Amino acid sequence: MDTAVSTQPVLIDVQSCRQAYHKDANADLVVLDGVNLTLHEKEIVALLGRSGSGKSTLLRIVSGLLKPTAGSVTWRGVPVDGPTEGVAMVFQSFALFPWLTVQENVELGLEARGVAKAKREALAEAAIDMIGLGGFENAYPKELSGGMRQRVGLARALVVHPDLLLMDEPFSALDVLTAETLRTDLIDLWVEGKLPVKSVLMVTHNIEEAVLMCDRILVFSSNPGRVASELTVPFPHPRNRLDPAFRQMVDDIYALMTRRAAPEPKSPAAPPPSPLAMPLPRVGTNIMAGLMETLAGEPYNGRADLPALAASLQYEVDDLLPLGEMLQLLHFGVLEEGDISLTDQGRRFVEADVDERKRIFAEALRHYVPLVTMIRQVLDERWNHRASAVRFRDELEDHMSPDYAEDTLRTVIGWGRYAELFAYDEEAEQFSLEDIE
Amino acid sequence: MRANAIPSMAAGWRLPNLWDAVAFVCVIGVLVGFGHVAEGTLVPINAPGATQISLDPIHLPEYAVRTTLRMFAALAASLLFTFTYGTAAAKSRRAALVLVPVLDVLQSVPILGFLTFTVVFFMGLFPGQVMGLELAAIFAIFTSQAWNMAFSIYQSLQTVPNDLKECATSFHLTGWQKFWRLEVPFAMPGLVWNTMMSMSGGWFFVVASEAVTVGDHSWKLPGIGSYVAEALDKRDIAAVVYAIVTMLLVILAYDQLLFRPLVAWSAKFRFETTAGATASDPWMLRLVRRTRLLKVVGTAIGDAAVWVGGLRLSLGGAPAQRRRPPSRTVDVIYGAVLAVIVAWALWKVIVFASAALAWSDVRTALVLGVFTLVRVTVLMVIASLVWVPIGVWLGLRPVWARRAQPIAQFLAAFPANLLFPPFVLFIVYFHLDPDIWLTPLMVLGTQWYILFNVVAGAAAFPGDLREAASNFRIGGLLWWRKVIVPGILPYYITGAITASGGSWNAAIVSEVASWGNTHLHAHGLGAYIADATDKGDMARVVLGVVVMSAFVVLFNRLLWRPLYGYAQRRFTL
Repeated sequence: MDTAVSTQPVLIDVQSCRQAYHKDANADLVVLDGVNLTLHEKEIVALLGRSGSGKSTLLRIVSGLLKPTAGSVTWRGVPVDGPTEGVAMVFQSFALFPWLTVQENVELGLEARGVAKAKREALAEAAIDMIGLGGFENAYPKELSGGMRQRVGLARALVVHPDLLLMDEPFSALDVLTAETLRTDLIDLWVEGKLPVKSVLMVTHNIEEAVLMCDRILVFSSNPGRVASELTVPFPHPRNRLDPAFRQMVDDIYALMTRRAAPEPKSPAAPPPSPLAMPLPRVGTNIMAGLMETLAGEPYNGRADLPALAASLQYEVDDLLPLGEMLQLLHFGVLEEGDISLTDQGRRFVEADVDERKRIFAEALRHYVPLVTMIRQVLDERWNHRASAVRFRDELEDHMSPDYAEDTLRTVIGWGRYAELFAYDEEAEQFSLEDIE
Repeated sequence: MRANAIPSMAAGWRLPNLWDAVAFVCVIGVLVGFGHVAEGTLVPINAPGATQISLDPIHLPEYAVRTTLRMFAALAASLLFTFTYGTAAAKSRRAALVLVPVLDVLQSVPILGFLTFTVVFFMGLFPGQVMGLELAAIFAIFTSQAWNMAFSIYQSLQTVPNDLKECATSFHLTGWQKFWRLEVPFAMPGLVWNTMMSMSGGWFFVVASEAVTVGDHSWKLPGIGSYVAEALDKRDIAAVVYAIVTMLLVILAYDQLLFRPLVAWSAKFRFETTAGATASDPWMLRLVRRTRLLKVVGTAIGDAAVWVGGLRLSLGGAPAQRRRPPSRTVDVIYGAVLAVIVAWALWKVIVFASAALAWSDVRTALVLGVFTLVRVTVLMVIASLVWVPIGVWLGLRPVWARRAQPIAQFLAAFPANLLFPPFVLFIVYFHLDPDIWLTPLMVLGTQWYILFNVVAGAAAFPGDLREAASNFRIGGLLWWRKVIVPGILPYYITGAITASGGSWNAAIVSEVASWGNTHLHAHGLGAYIADATDKGDMARVVLGVVVMSAFVVLFNRLLWRPLYGYAQRRFTL
């Protein structure tokens, strides 16, 4: 399989790609760093990673929508400058034009190329029939279910017969059953050679989806986004999710994604990372407590296999991993080799009553979350025990994007309120010690 | 699919239906009327009948047609302005720096005060022809319509969803195609709604702009506005009533024939992914869809629009080049040029003002501004106290809300200055103090915005919250304070902003009123501007308008915007 792929002509070639957003007066925010990607004909490749690992950014670079800060992108050997001609994209949000019917949406790409009306209609009809939308030609997108809408998105991309089909988390906005039908339909068309494309490149955060559909998987690490490892999926289609080898591969990828990033060799001149340079995802205290209780109880008894836990909780890796990481940050749990286990501190938390839980949580926050320590310290020092949130947000934005800064601040506010370490006034955007003993 | 085509072709050979005949007559009628009016505009200004008004109601249909055509001419100009100015502001960062604040100020400047001077300007362009007067009137109407339409498209273009933009780019749509396929459709619902609002605003100006006095001369363009002015001069109450009835019919006609169908049609461009409750189509839209002739015409227009929008013109540069960081040097040069222009304008203003005005004038204008401010504030409070409870009562009863909503919208569209004569009569008859009793005229037309927004807010109030409130037996004042008022606050404020802005503008025509030789005069900035206009005193008109704009802008910035932001943050459900 490996050798077969590499003899195919190269479609797109990305070398030492770097994408950074310039922030005035501060260090650039690096989204992608040193990424290489070579895509051949006749393969389906997944970019797998957590949100914020820059995989969607890479997809936009490949499509020519975005020019990388540094590095080269070539399409069939020619440098990419502007939207690539032989590429069509499927969007997570479908991106259908609500004022156009299914037929008109599908014809849009052809129209932009100046294809004559009669030919346009014939091609669109063929694509619509192939993707299973026959009979819906005159419907408007808002009349359709999510699954049908994404079929329109697929038909719209396929009708231009692109060499490369790009898919940005195409199934993540759909429910489990609908997503599965679409996946298998697409793979069936691919295997039967009916899909009018040479290759597919898809972004996903769903490990099983990647193993089910793709020939190659590029696993991304976050902050900044890098290709952490590259895997070849050796199974022939149709694949069986329950096959032990399949399960093993999913397990291995979980292990890969939970492995702690090896400390990078820092150049001597680089300043030590600030204690605030730690983005916190929006994870609430209830869900953390719930997960700890689940782990402590039967059948896990303090230790669980992540894929199994994800399956039983109907969570995706994108939901579960941040949760596990936050438990780890607070020393309530440990992530290793695709497993999550509870620490003694975590057990104490589970067994405690409401007030005791708050005390344990406050303790953990003050020890392990520098931002909380800092906020509390400022409040204690001020004569009126008040502090504006703006200054903390500004400091956070020196180290991360405004969105992450906002998330981090929100998370800390929620945690601090729960632990009764400080109060927060939303209207005034102010921390205070009101009603805190 | 193919099998279907034959029966529908065959069906096409049936005889035209009754509606085709009706439609045909209408189309011919419009064309004839249009030709007649166009002929009228080229007549010399002193020709018999060109600028005289007869109070005989037999002329009213013709006057109505001419006034309506003026409105639509202004609307066309406004649309042109909207698509150029609004688009430029949205597309170019540097242009937006200037265009957006200018639009903001224009929105709050009562252009009515400048009417005299625009008339002189346009008559200079077409000496001795009615055309000059026509253009001046159209321009006055344009100034009441254009700004909010341009703002609407600017705001829409700012909020086009990113994934649709990326999609258009990755399918290689050219700038032109992208504009007509993505941006204009996305902006359509807001634009249609604002066009409708502008039409209502325009009526107010029609009445004021058709009859103009410049120095010793006064002209009356044939139209409903001048008819009303003439009726007031001649103390003919019957004529006033005829005019009101005609106006009612005209507004009803274009509301039913044009705007209801347009609003219903534009709903398909609304950017929502779920199918909302679909209201039944207005009868006119059904007529268009079912009448063979109109349907053919409609389809032809649609096809033409699609064809034009589909042209592969590459306006706006190569499709989708990535943003280069903006050039610093160009920014600096641009800023310097702007600074020079502003300094020059400031210098001109100072020279002009210091020659004609003294500080005491400014003080007078400011004091009068405060009078008007007090009036507007008191009226807003009274109107709110009256209409909020009524609006809530109506809004919580869906059947009543459905009935009340179109009526309130219609009343908002009705030019309130037509209703002034009865008020003036009333004041004259009872010898009332004009300082107090002219005041209600300011909100006569604008209070409805409060009503229909409150109705909409109360109708959208979630049922479970109402149930929770009654479950906990929350009633009386507590219910108003904690349940319903916070629930409708964003809607109420939207309505109040529109109403208060409109009231300021109305001050110019409502603080001074006449009935034959009786002139009523209240103390206020509106009366100040109106007097200065009558005397042709340019400097004082400018001063009055500037002071009024300043009041409006400050009122907006210091009160309404923060309130609106607060309501949006805290009370949006």
